[in-house]
Amino acid sequence: MNNSIVVVVLASAVLYGTPLLYAALGELLAERSGVLNLGVEGMMLVGAVLGFWAVQRIGASTPLVLAGAIGVAALAGAAMALIHAFLVITLRANQIVSGLALTLFAGGAGLSSYLGNDLSLGDAPARHVFRDVNAFGLQKLPVAGPIVFGQSLLVYASWLSVIAVALYLSRTRPGLNVRAVGESPAAADAMGINVTAYRYAHTMVGGAFAGVGGATFSLSITPQWVDNLTSGAGWIAIALVIFAFWRPALCLVGAYFFGAFAALPFTLQARGVTVAPELFQSLPYVMTIVVLVLVSSRGARLRLGAPAALGTPYVREER
Amino acid sequence: MIRVERRLRRPRWLTVAVPVGSLALAFVTSAVVLVATGHAPLHTYRRLIDAGFLANGALSSSLTSATPLCFTGLGAAAAFRMQLFNIGGEGQLYFGAIGAAAAALLFAGQSTPVEIVVMCLAGAAAGAAWAAIPGLLRAFLHTNEIITSLMLNYVAALILNYLIFDSLSYWRDTSTAEAKVFPQGKTLPDAATWPTSTLHLGTAIVVPLGILLAAVLAAGLWTLYSRTRFGLEVQVIGDSPRAARYAGMRTRRKIVAVMCLSGAIAGLGGASQDGDFRHLLDPRGLSQAAYGYGGIVVAALARYNPFAVVLVAFLLGGLQNAGYALQGADFPSGLVGVMQGMILFCALGGELLVRYRIRFGRTARPVVTTA
Repeated sequence: MNNSIVVVVLASAVLYGTPLLYAALGELLAERSGVLNLGVEGMMLVGAVLGFWAVQRIGASTPLVLAGAIGVAALAGAAMALIHAFLVITLRANQIVSGLALTLFAGGAGLSSYLGNDLSLGDAPARHVFRDVNAFGLQKLPVAGPIVFGQSLLVYASWLSVIAVALYLSRTRPGLNVRAVGESPAAADAMGINVTAYRYAHTMVGGAFAGVGGATFSLSITPQWVDNLTSGAGWIAIALVIFAFWRPALCLVGAYFFGAFAALPFTLQARGVTVAPELFQSLPYVMTIVVLVLVSSRGARLRLGAPAALGTPYVREER
Repeated sequence: MIRVERRLRRPRWLTVAVPVGSLALAFVTSAVVLVATGHAPLHTYRRLIDAGFLANGALSSSLTSATPLCFTGLGAAAAFRMQLFNIGGEGQLYFGAIGAAAAALLFAGQSTPVEIVVMCLAGAAAGAAWAAIPGLLRAFLHTNEIITSLMLNYVAALILNYLIFDSLSYWRDTSTAEAKVFPQGKTLPDAATWPTSTLHLGTAIVVPLGILLAAVLAAGLWTLYSRTRFGLEVQVIGDSPRAARYAGMRTRRKIVAVMCLSGAIAGLGGASQDGDFRHLLDPRGLSQAAYGYGGIVVAALARYNPFAVVLVAFLLGGLQNAGYALQGADFPSGLVGVMQGMILFCALGGELLVRYRIRFGRTARPVVTTA
């Protein structure tokens, strides 16, 4: 039963969806504060390469090394996001061009490749990886076993992150403030909220999430380093935020949905069914466009949760 | 206390000084990265400039890298002028290449001029058609063109791969047993090879037809945007959509037209890839250098000025070419991407200096007028 195609696809949907989920949660936090960051791909790749570097070079017991690697990946992602934050918040640069610049700077032909090459990380598999937890042998359970219990700690941590982000945005004072900053920075400013500080903080936390998402590739899914390891996951994550109407819980659903499309070709191939893999690979992009069209009237966008001030700099004197 | 205030007038010299200053700052900050990872920056830069511009045959290779950047840069500039963020140059270039390759194969047996014309027309039409999707969605359904054009890049790349690697399409070479195992595109007819001219400036520099075409296009684009009614309306719509609507300008039509224009230019870049350099539909070659995204860097650095686009494309093309030439054990790969990103960051930051003035001091000084 656990070998049935549905279960296998769902289990790998969770596996492949997890990096998307981390990155999308991060992007969601940044966008909720009004900062559009198209540099997700670059932040993920730098997180992936430095997380991998930490695993190869830190000498300690496996749990410590892995925790350290995730920390390094998060810091790396946040550092990349800081560049974007400085440019768009302090220097009021165009958010689109700056985000693209970040992906170019950090991405597959930029810093991540440079670091991977310079630290010569490309020639060995990871020394420590996140393994499936399989507590109490629950993995053997029918259906739920492989999907829910046969996953790594990163997957469970991502579930906690979804809950944390959802509660943060809906139940805490700072979370409500972020939403105010993203909807109407002028009103938030008048309330005494430090718009600049909020935007910086959330852009950087968003970067940290993206870094962890990248490390999910290099420490769990494909535990090695090759240039352009994430192969476009960052862009799917950006699409996912729109797809999920800027809601954390819907991000989870969307991530696994898109993850299933990423996994389906491999699963089908293993069973001797040949379908052009491009068909499934293009579905997340096509569906994002469709969803975007559906939600693109301004009224629908605002009703469904697009932050009203997304993409616009806030200058106190120029209201 | 630093105060930032909007400039009322923009001095002309700043529009030159800021890009040049950004370039210099980018080299300095990239040097920090180099030093941090244990490379000597000056030595690395000297090798980079030597391989990009000075070495034997370097200029010819740099022109090869610059040609597609010229096209995608002009395409991006055409759209960005109207605040229309078409970042789908990558996909539009792929479609241009697909269209031009189909035309070249269909018109096999015709003379070279005929082939060039049909390839350009087909490439431009295919690029424009692909760009029309986000354009129409933006014009009629208010869908954000940034995300849609971006998503379509991935779809275009997958279609391109499908045509060559996963199907027996018209473009794929299926004539030999070997070609069935190692999929590749059909070789285009000889007449579809675009001519080159050779410049003799000390060394022989091979100039592809594509870059001449791009230069002509730059002049055309400049004329269109600064000397015609169409161009004026585009600028008005870009700067103030509301004013444009009150003045009775047809905003929707302009959006679609500019998007198609932008896509057509990128598509011509795809045609030039087929005709000038690759002579078959080559998914790997087309996607390896991310010309579409590079074009956005070029356009942003050139501040959307068509002539500056050609110049900047040449500089960045040289840098890219140097990166390829030097790739190896002793030269860090990815450095060129790092530098391109740095240049763009610095140019973006520098934009602040063009738009705003920065004053130091706690309060604004009283204006002293002397008789």
